[in-house]
Amino acid sequence: MIGFQHYLLLATFLFAVGIYGVLTKRNAVAVLMSIELMLNSVNLNFVAINRYLVTDHAVGQLFALIVIVVAAAEVAVGLALIISIFRQRKSVNLNDFNLLKW
Amino acid sequence: MNMNDAVFIILGFITLLGAVGVVSFTNIVHAALSLVMSFLGVAGLYFQLQAEFLGLVQIMVYAGAISVLIIFAIMLVMDRDPDQTNVSHKVNRWWGGLIALLFAAFIGFAIRESHFTGQAASTGADRLGQIAELVLGNYVIAFEVAAILLLVAVVGAIILAKGAKEQ
Repeated sequence: MIGFQHYLLLATFLFAVGIYGVLTKRNAVAVLMSIELMLNSVNLNFVAINRYLVTDHAVGQLFALIVIVVAAAEVAVGLALIISIFRQRKSVNLNDFNLLKW
Repeated sequence: MNMNDAVFIILGFITLLGAVGVVSFTNIVHAALSLVMSFLGVAGLYFQLQAEFLGLVQIMVYAGAISVLIIFAIMLVMDRDPDQTNVSHKVNRWWGGLIALLFAAFIGFAIRESHFTGQAASTGADRLGQIAELVLGNYVIAFEVAAILLLVAVVGAIILAKGAKEQ
């Protein structure tokens, strides 16, 4: 029988894949995509908790909605930053972005 | 095993397969398409959790808008052979894998050991109406801040991508 804990486990695995992508990928766009995976797993947790533990009102879904808004803003600004730095460095490899490192 | 369990297993499999594809494809365009598959799987899980509005928002915003934005950005910043655009760091891949594995093991163990008393009540309530009342009631400030955040993000993204003119 599929229950609350299976949703939590699925979200955990999704988050772990996101962590792996953020820590290992060298392409800035790939790191952004991994962050999106992690945000999705958090949203899944919110909705599952709303369904199983707090059933009388929809505040978990509202939280997930606001997380989606922030994720959309984050990805727009992040991709604009990547395009802007690509123009200067001709690269999207995170190892080449060491302007602030001495 | 009833119908709901089978649907959950299939959707969870699609979601995890898409997520693993994002980190394992070496061509970043394939990784982005795999990301869309994962988003659609999560949308299906929202429908399964009776959050229909959120599922539709997920399809529109994530699978529609964000993925198109990511694919456009990929096309603008492609600088080498496409098959080498999504490679992992040589050393960090082992550390990253270890950290991710430990995270999944610890949290998974904690979830397995916890006892949740909640029971999924088939409410049949008007979830969309409840969200609307919350958004324009108790949480109206969060709603307005989210709107301003989107506006600022759009303007900021345009200025960053276009480049401000030197005075």
